[in-house]
Amino acid sequence: MGAEEAVIGQKGKSEAKSLNSANRNQGAGRVGFRRMMNRLAHGLFFLATLVGVVVLGILLFDIVNTGWKWVSADLLNNFASRFPEKSGVKAALWGSIWLIAVTAPLTFIFGVGAAIFLEEYAKKNWFSRLIQLNISNLAGVPSIVFGILGLTIFARGMNLGQSVLTGALTMTLLILPIVIVAAREAIASVPSSLRQASYAMGASRWQTISRVVLPYSMPGILTGTILALSRAIGETAPLIMVGAVTFIYFTPGNVFDPFTVLPIQIFTWTGLPKAEFQELAAAGIIVLLAILLTMNALAIFLRNKYQRRDG
Amino acid sequence: MKTAGSVGMDRFRKQRTWRTTWEGIIPKLLLVCALVSVLTTLGIVFTLIVETARFFEEIPFVQFITGTEWTALFSGNQQKFGVLPLISGTLLVTAGAALVAIPLGLAAAIYLSEYAHDRVRRVLKPVLEILAGIPTVVYGFFAFTFVTPLLRGTFFPDMGPFNALSASIVVGIMIIPMIASLSEDAMSSVPRGIREAAYAMGSTRLEVALRVVVPAALSGIIASFVLGISRAIGETMIVTIAAGATPKLTFDPTDSIQTMTAYMVQAASGDISFGSTAYKSIYAVGMTLFVFTMIMNLLAQYISRRFKEEY
Repeated sequence: MGAEEAVIGQKGKSEAKSLNSANRNQGAGRVGFRRMMNRLAHGLFFLATLVGVVVLGILLFDIVNTGWKWVSADLLNNFASRFPEKSGVKAALWGSIWLIAVTAPLTFIFGVGAAIFLEEYAKKNWFSRLIQLNISNLAGVPSIVFGILGLTIFARGMNLGQSVLTGALTMTLLILPIVIVAAREAIASVPSSLRQASYAMGASRWQTISRVVLPYSMPGILTGTILALSRAIGETAPLIMVGAVTFIYFTPGNVFDPFTVLPIQIFTWTGLPKAEFQELAAAGIIVLLAILLTMNALAIFLRNKYQRRDG
Repeated sequence: MKTAGSVGMDRFRKQRTWRTTWEGIIPKLLLVCALVSVLTTLGIVFTLIVETARFFEEIPFVQFITGTEWTALFSGNQQKFGVLPLISGTLLVTAGAALVAIPLGLAAAIYLSEYAHDRVRRVLKPVLEILAGIPTVVYGFFAFTFVTPLLRGTFFPDMGPFNALSASIVVGIMIIPMIASLSEDAMSSVPRGIREAAYAMGSTRLEVALRVVVPAALSGIIASFVLGISRAIGETMIVTIAAGATPKLTFDPTDSIQTMTAYMVQAASGDISFGSTAYKSIYAVGMTLFVFTMIMNLLAQYISRRFKEEY
């Protein structure tokens, strides 16, 4: 409405008055109806947005309500068992930690490497367009298809079996597009004046990239990597495909050991008939969400800390 | 004097050649990183095609694509490989999810882009991001232990514990943030001037949103719908946990069904022998799924490029 009045104001007061009164005579009812529709729509749009908030609230409440009584030191220190009261997530928790510990450096190296190549070295030709198109298409491939790839290439083809390494390599390929996109954005946001200053000092291309561009874009890259890893921690389907075992009673000792992860443990418990196991699944979800929350907090912390230094 | 000078030059020259070599190697190493994504795509296509071709050596293509019974995990001669029930299951869940997610996601996008004050937006957007970051196995747990009992206790007392309805509602909720944020991006890129022109003509906020902003951003909005649908087609854990494991050619949402993804999980977590027809059927179903999502992704890219309004 403000914009409407401002424009009328420009036309001159007298003209505006005659316009206004003409409008009022013709369609006071219509304007009122249009305003009412606007208010009604405002309310409906707001309610639609709230649906997400409400569902999130119900979901969290339901899970905490169901699983909280099982959250204890025993849950973290016990292996899975037939007896709910003796069951815990130890193998799954350590499996998830192993998986992320191996996936993180792999995705970081390949993701940032690809991003630097595309932003700093690649010429704008059909080849870089192909890589780019390819990355955006990979991001839309269902995760379970990556599971098939991991099963065929890593588990069977390279004979790595149902090991931590198989899982980590599969996860790396799955989240690589996310890391590449985030790292490219971070690298592209480095002001060109910094690059030019570095070249002016006689630095070579790689010196400029490694000592100016990367340090400057590191907070953005790390944030993107951590968020991608938090996606990997919650993934279930691809790991089931590569054959991560459900009931195992030890923690992995090296990357060639079989493993399970929290989401698979949660999935298994959800499917068991006894009600106690579903409560355990909820407790497992609380542990999983706690890890995700920590990772997100870390990402936000990194972003804020380094942003302040630059500012 | 002369010798000292030449030693200095030598060292300088050595350092220079070393650095030049290094500068030459770096782009090649980075290229390898960028090629990983291309190799991933090739790997996916190659493994799917090879194993699917082996599957079609045993089961005729026509029988696979037109058969109305899927009993791949039955023993011996009771096996039937007609993929239609899995496709209908997937489409049933996807259609339900779209019915939930498209209106709610679009309304949320309009609210966030056109109505919300900055302060409200700063609260609501992170909530939607959290909703997008929740692992799908958690959504599956929620569908199975909360939504299904809720529906059975209220509107559908005769519905079984596994049904397409609760799965599709929860898949819909899962893709709301994706549709909302992509549509909002499209709407925010509509130039301010066009909005202000409409306000100057006396339009209400609703009229500006529905008759100016939405039409101008339509290509991006439709693309977000298509991407959301593609995501729903590939969603695995929610449908595996909540929709059941009974492939059925039905369009009754209260029935227990099986989707393509859920079959792949069931087959991979069971103990079918490597090289059997059932084992190869995982790849054939994976190929079908891959083709479906790939068509949707390419369609989204085509829509957003072809029908983009240029300002």
